[in-house]
Amino acid sequence: MFNDLSTKLEGVLKKIRGEGKITEKNIDESLREIRRVLFDADVNYKVVTSFLDEVKKKSLGQNVLLSISPGQLIVKIINDELVTLLGAEKADIKFSNDIPSIIMMVGLQGSGKTTFSAKLARYLKSKGRQPVLAACDIYRPAAIEQLKVLGKQIDVPVFSIDGEKDAVKISKEAINYCKQNARDTLLIDTAGRLSIDEEMMNEVKAIKDAVKPAEILFVVDSMTGQDAVNTAKNFNEKLNFDGVVLTKLDGDTRGGAALSIKAVVQKPIKFAGIGEKLDALEEFHPDRMAGRILGKGDIVSFVEKAQAEFDLSEAEKMEEKLSKNKFDFDDFLMYIKQIRKMGSLTSLLSMIPGAAKALQGKEIDEKVIVRIEAIIQSMTKEERSNPKILNGMRRRRIANGSGNQIQEVNKVIKQYEDMSKMMKGFNQNKAMGMMKKMKLPPNFMNQMKF
Amino acid sequence: MGFFDKFKFSKLKEGLTKTKDDLFGKVNRLIKAKGKIDDDFLAQLEEIFISSDIGYDTAEVLITNIKERTSKDKYETEEELNGLIQDELKKIFAQSTSEFKTFDFNITKKPYVIMIVGVNGVGKTTSIGKLAYNFKNAGKSVVIGSADTFRAAANDQLEIWAKRAGVDIIQNPKSSDPAAVAFDTVKSAVTKGTDIVIIDTAGRLHNKSHLMEELKKIKRVIQKITPDIPNEIFLVIDATTGQNGLNQAKEFSKAMEGLTGIILTKLDGTAKGGIVIKISQEMGVPVRFIGVGEQIDDLQEFDSENFIKALFEK
Repeated sequence: MFNDLSTKLEGVLKKIRGEGKITEKNIDESLREIRRVLFDADVNYKVVTSFLDEVKKKSLGQNVLLSISPGQLIVKIINDELVTLLGAEKADIKFSNDIPSIIMMVGLQGSGKTTFSAKLARYLKSKGRQPVLAACDIYRPAAIEQLKVLGKQIDVPVFSIDGEKDAVKISKEAINYCKQNARDTLLIDTAGRLSIDEEMMNEVKAIKDAVKPAEILFVVDSMTGQDAVNTAKNFNEKLNFDGVVLTKLDGDTRGGAALSIKAVVQKPIKFAGIGEKLDALEEFHPDRMAGRILGKGDIVSFVEKAQAEFDLSEAEKMEEKLSKNKFDFDDFLMYIKQIRKMGSLTSLLSMIPGAAKALQGKEIDEKVIVRIEAIIQSMTKEERSNPKILNGMRRRRIANGSGNQIQEVNKVIKQYEDMSKMMKGFNQNKAMGMMKKMKLPPNFMNQMKF
Repeated sequence: MGFFDKFKFSKLKEGLTKTKDDLFGKVNRLIKAKGKIDDDFLAQLEEIFISSDIGYDTAEVLITNIKERTSKDKYETEEELNGLIQDELKKIFAQSTSEFKTFDFNITKKPYVIMIVGVNGVGKTTSIGKLAYNFKNAGKSVVIGSADTFRAAANDQLEIWAKRAGVDIIQNPKSSDPAAVAFDTVKSAVTKGTDIVIIDTAGRLHNKSHLMEELKKIKRVIQKITPDIPNEIFLVIDATTGQNGLNQAKEFSKAMEGLTGIILTKLDGTAKGGIVIKISQEMGVPVRFIGVGEQIDDLQEFDSENFIKALFEK
C-alpha cells in the first residue's frame, strides 16, 4: 500500500535529513521532487499544488533555519500535512435508530461495490449487527447472482426480486423484509454508473430519496488517476455522500486518488479493501496511512490484527510449552497456521516499518508457507515431536513425500532449530516484549526467509 | 474482409468527446484566454496535460518542447500557438501509435486463440461479450472459455453475454481450475473447427505472484494442444486508471511473455485514458479496441489514424 510513494518520499526525505541545515533553496528542491512523486502517485494537480504551498509556508514560517534538527522538522510538517489531507482522525460508520439502519453503496462500474458490500456485511455481522444485503444492480448481467453467492458465503440474507426492473421498488421492499425479519441493518448494493450519465444518476438519487439511508458510501478504485476528483465531485454533488471506500489497496498503486478525493470533497475515507477474500477489509486510519506514505510503517494495525486473529488459548498452550523448553514441529506448524490466519503475508508485511521499502511493491510468494506446511505434514508424529531423530534417510523420505528437494527440507529444519533457539532466549530480550505480548515468536518474519 | 464493416466513426467520436473537450478543448480555451506563451501559460498547460493521465514525464517533454520552439520561432497568433501545441501532441501520439497497422482480422489460422487478462473490475467480461459479437458479425464462429473460476457468478455473467452475442461458451461451474476450462475450450474448438477462441480470465492484481502464476499456467496448459497459442493476449485497461496502468502492463506482459494489445474500456465516462499513451510509448503495446458504452456494439476498433483525427477534429 502506497509502497512506491513511501519508497520515493523516503529517498527525498533522506536527503533533507542528511543536509543538517535547511535553506529555502533545498526546501524548494525537495518540494519539487515531492511534487513529482505526488504526480506519479496520481494525486490531483490542484491538490498537489496547495499541499506543497502549505508545507512550504509552514516550513519557512517556523524559523526552520534556526531549528536544532531542521530535517526532522520538515519531515514532521509533511507528515502532519498529509494527515490533515487524509482526514485528521478516524471516522466511523453512522447508524440511525430506525429499523433497519440503511447503508448505500455507490460508485463507478468495476470499483468493487458488490464485493465491498459483502465485506461490510460480514464486518457488521462480526460486530453484532444483523445485516441484509439488497441487490439493486439490475443492469449488470449476473450482478444479483454474484451478491447471492457472496451472501451465502458469509451467511447473510440477500434480498432481491427476480425480474424486477425498478431499483427503487427493490430497495423499499428490502426495508419491509428487514422489518418483518427483525434485521437491523440494510446494505444496498447499487449498479455502477458513470457520473455523467444523468438518467442513472437520477435513479440513484431516487433510491436515496426513497430509503433515506443513514450512510452513503462512495466506493472508488484506489488505482484511479486524475479523474477520481471529477467522479467524486459529481457523485457528491448529487448524493452528498458520507464517506469513501478505497478498494484494491492491496495492489501496488500509490493511491494518490485517496488524497485527492479527501481534499476535494472533504468526506472521510472510512474503509479500505485489501484483498479478494471477504475478510480483507480494514477500517481506514488516516494517521497511520500518512505514516505509511512516509515509509514509517503501520505497526499499530499489525498488532491489532494479530490480537484479533490469534487464538489465545492456543497461544497460552504455546507459552506453557516454551517455558518448559519444549517447542516441536507441531508447534511450529501451529504457529504458521496462526500467522496465515492473520491474512496474506504481503498485507502483514506492508504494516511493518521499512518492509515496504525492502519489498518494493512486490508480493510475497505465499507458496513458500504452503511448502513449509507440506514438509512438516510429511513428517511422522514421532519426528514432529522429537526432531532430533531426523536423519538423512528420514529427510529424504520427507522430501519425496512432500514433493520437495531435500535442501528444502533441510532449510525448514534449520528454520525450526533457529526458532526454537530463539524461543529459549525469549525473556532475555526486552525488545521482544511486544512480540511476546502478541504471542508471536520473535523475529518470525526473518525466520521465514522470504 | 473488414472486421468492423460498419465502423461507427461517429460513435468513436462521441465516446471520445469528453477526452477531446477536456484535453484539447481546454488547450484551445487556454490559448484564447492567454494569447501568448508565458510561465503562467505553461503552468496551466502542464495542469491540462497532467490531468489527462499521460503522466508527469510525458507532460514534461511536451512542455519543454513547446517552450523551446516558442523561444526559437516566436509564435504569436492564436492559430500559431494552437498549431504548435497540437503539433507537439501529435508527435507524442504518433511516436507511440504510427508503427501499428490496424488489426488484421483476415484470420486464416484456426482456431485463433485470444486470452483476455487484466486487474479486477476493468471490464474484461463485458469486452469479451462485445468482441465475440463483432467476430460473429464478421462471419466467424466463436467459442468463449469461462476461465474466471474465482469471482462469484462470473460464469453467469459471461453466459448472458455469450447468449447476447449468439456464440458458444464452455464452462465448468464445478471446476476451480481455470487452466482446465481453457484447455477444454481450445480442445472443443479444434474438434468442432471453430474459428475464434476467447478465454476470459479472473481479474487479478498484477503484484500477486501466485495469481500471476495461475495465469502462466493457463497459457502453458493450452499450449499442450498447439504450442503457437495464444495468438493474442489482450490486456484490458480501465480509462479511469492512473499511473498504475503502466505497472499493470509491465507485470502482465512479464507473466505472459508479451502482450499483443490493449482494450481500453469506459471511455464514455469523464476519464481520459491518457495512460495508454505512456504504455504504448514505453512498451510498444498498441491499443486495439476501445469500449465506449454498455451495449453489445459499443466496442470500437482502435485505429490510430482515426483516433488522432477524432481527437483533433474541432
